[in-house]
Amino acid sequence: MNIIVVGLSHKTASVDIREKVAFSPNSIEKPLRELCALEGIVEGIIVSTCNRVEIYATTRDIAGGVARIRRFLADFHRIPHDTLEPHLYSYHGEDAIRHVFRVASSLDSMVVGEPQILGQIKTSYGYAAEYKTSGVILNRFLHKAFSVAKRVRTETRIASSAVSVSFAAVELAKKIFGNLADKTVLLIGAGEMCELAARHFLSNGAKGVMVTNRTFERAQRLAEEFEGEAIPFEELFDHLHKADIVLTSTGATQFIITPGDLEAVIRRRRMQPMFMIDIAVPRDIDPAVNKLDAVYLYDMDDLQQVVATNLEGRRQEADKAEAIIAEEITQFYKWVATLEVTPTIVALRNRFDELRRSEVERTLLAWKDAPPDAARRLDALTSAMMNKILHQPTSLLKKAGQGNRTDLYLDALQALFDLERSSGDGPELELEE
Amino acid sequence: MMTQIAFTLTTVLYVGATLLYLACLLRNGSRLQSLASKVLMVGFLAHCLAVIHRFIAAGHLPITNMHEALSFFALSIVGVYLYFEHRFKVGTMGSFVVPFALLNIIAAGMVPTELRPLNPALQSAWIYSHTILAFGAYAFFTISGCVAALYLIQSHFLKKKHLGQMFQKLPSLDVLDEIGYRCLAFGFPLLTVAIITGAIWASQAWGSYWSWDPKETWSLITWFIYAALLHGRLTTGWRGRRAAFLTIAGFLIMLFTFIGVNLWLPGLHSYT
Repeated sequence: MNIIVVGLSHKTASVDIREKVAFSPNSIEKPLRELCALEGIVEGIIVSTCNRVEIYATTRDIAGGVARIRRFLADFHRIPHDTLEPHLYSYHGEDAIRHVFRVASSLDSMVVGEPQILGQIKTSYGYAAEYKTSGVILNRFLHKAFSVAKRVRTETRIASSAVSVSFAAVELAKKIFGNLADKTVLLIGAGEMCELAARHFLSNGAKGVMVTNRTFERAQRLAEEFEGEAIPFEELFDHLHKADIVLTSTGATQFIITPGDLEAVIRRRRMQPMFMIDIAVPRDIDPAVNKLDAVYLYDMDDLQQVVATNLEGRRQEADKAEAIIAEEITQFYKWVATLEVTPTIVALRNRFDELRRSEVERTLLAWKDAPPDAARRLDALTSAMMNKILHQPTSLLKKAGQGNRTDLYLDALQALFDLERSSGDGPELELEE
Repeated sequence: MMTQIAFTLTTVLYVGATLLYLACLLRNGSRLQSLASKVLMVGFLAHCLAVIHRFIAAGHLPITNMHEALSFFALSIVGVYLYFEHRFKVGTMGSFVVPFALLNIIAAGMVPTELRPLNPALQSAWIYSHTILAFGAYAFFTISGCVAALYLIQSHFLKKKHLGQMFQKLPSLDVLDEIGYRCLAFGFPLLTVAIITGAIWASQAWGSYWSWDPKETWSLITWFIYAALLHGRLTTGWRGRRAAFLTIAGFLIMLFTFIGVNLWLPGLHSYT
């Protein structure tokens, strides 16, 4: 039995192709059923996110299975086969395992380390489990992928740093204030970035928002949206001391906050630190305020620099993650490889055992003055012989399972001992864990 | 003999804990952190055992020569540190505090360790309150010095926008500030009471409450620094970098009061 992967992602297809082959989660049952009805496909899972559409399946016939799934993707969405073909990739064996482990660990994501993908795969697997299109192998495979992803997450810092400007601002605030629970955010001026950042602060526990704007109505409107407090622009310095986090993005051509203004504010705050984020260009806050003891000022460039550094850090952590995955592949691949040889080993043992039993029976029937323990002794003798004889071929097969000559051995055994290749429902027997 | 074994075991465990805590700075992993913490905990228990055993063997609080004082100092630091680590989940602080405790233990191992009969002047119940309070204060001030240094480092990273691995690992400014304040709030009253009990004891043993012995003088200087810090904090909320610098100065002067005075300034407190 082989694991195969067919699909496309942001790396191979633009969004106009991706959206054509996306599967809707609301009607995933039909494609799942059709997938598993394809000739030679035993189990199947469909993963469909905005950045990738992938099918994980098991089959006996790698080449045929891959070709049929490639055609299925085009046919199901009524896209000409030739249009889709250049965007599709497919993997089997070790490469398929590596691919899925990497995807689940978010190493293949557009933003490496982003956390959503694991949840999306879990949901997709949930559908396949619900409609019973995933079986013994894919169940185990996906669970392994989840545990690998978890290992990558806990043992590397791949997902630990913020890679968007507003997240970076929240992370920095946490390094200053520890906990944002009793912190107040002040928005000076309106701007998409500012609002987004304010939203992030609120969802990370900030207590409240104050809004000020040169046009008071706009401030009121925004304050309503955040369930905050609107402040007339002229009264900014009467309220500034209440703000722990200040976000500015006005169109002012001159600095609206200078070190001189802030010193009095800081004293009123009993020297509690202030985190100021100046998103405006030209800037609203005099950079010299960063020299004040309690003020930490970041402008747009600083935040973007933080994001760039974090991205670089993630790339380095990705190498560690690849090492973890390589280790897990070897382990898992051993198990998959035994799947292929297991049915033959079982059949071989059954054939020998059958012969042995019938011969023992015949002997006992013909043996007139057999001692009372004859049956037990004969059984022990013949079992021991059988095990000795089968030991070498069995262990060779298990080892061969990880190499290329498996088919040669399997064919030979099947021909020599007239074994049937069982239908593949047999991997319940687990040779090793 | 038993004391020696427990002391050696303590040293070995502290060396292990130090290495683990330093490794935490270079590598990630909560398992490493909790292992470091556990080793330190076991070291602390072994240390307690060593001190208790020596107490029994000597028949008095083992705090009367340089070896015992350094060892007791390390014990207090580790005890106070373990409290803060548990309370604020700040394992990275251990990477700075534990090596310092280890230095004290190593120094304690290098000075003469033999038990000597207690100097008659020290034979008083006051030895317990006076010295234990003083060592408690020393331990809190050590942690506060360390936290102040970390505050300066972290604040420097934030100002200069150097947000590397070290920045990520160190606690937030708020947590450092909180720990520093607590150290001050615990340490200062302890030092105050230690000085008062010392004065009472002095009047009984030496016939005078205050004789401007170097230890007394330097204790008073230490006291004034921490009094200023606490006063600033309570009145104007004084904190931040300048407060951190003064905290570190306070710690260095405290170290001098504790060790330097005994080494270089002979006086009534010289028993070693």
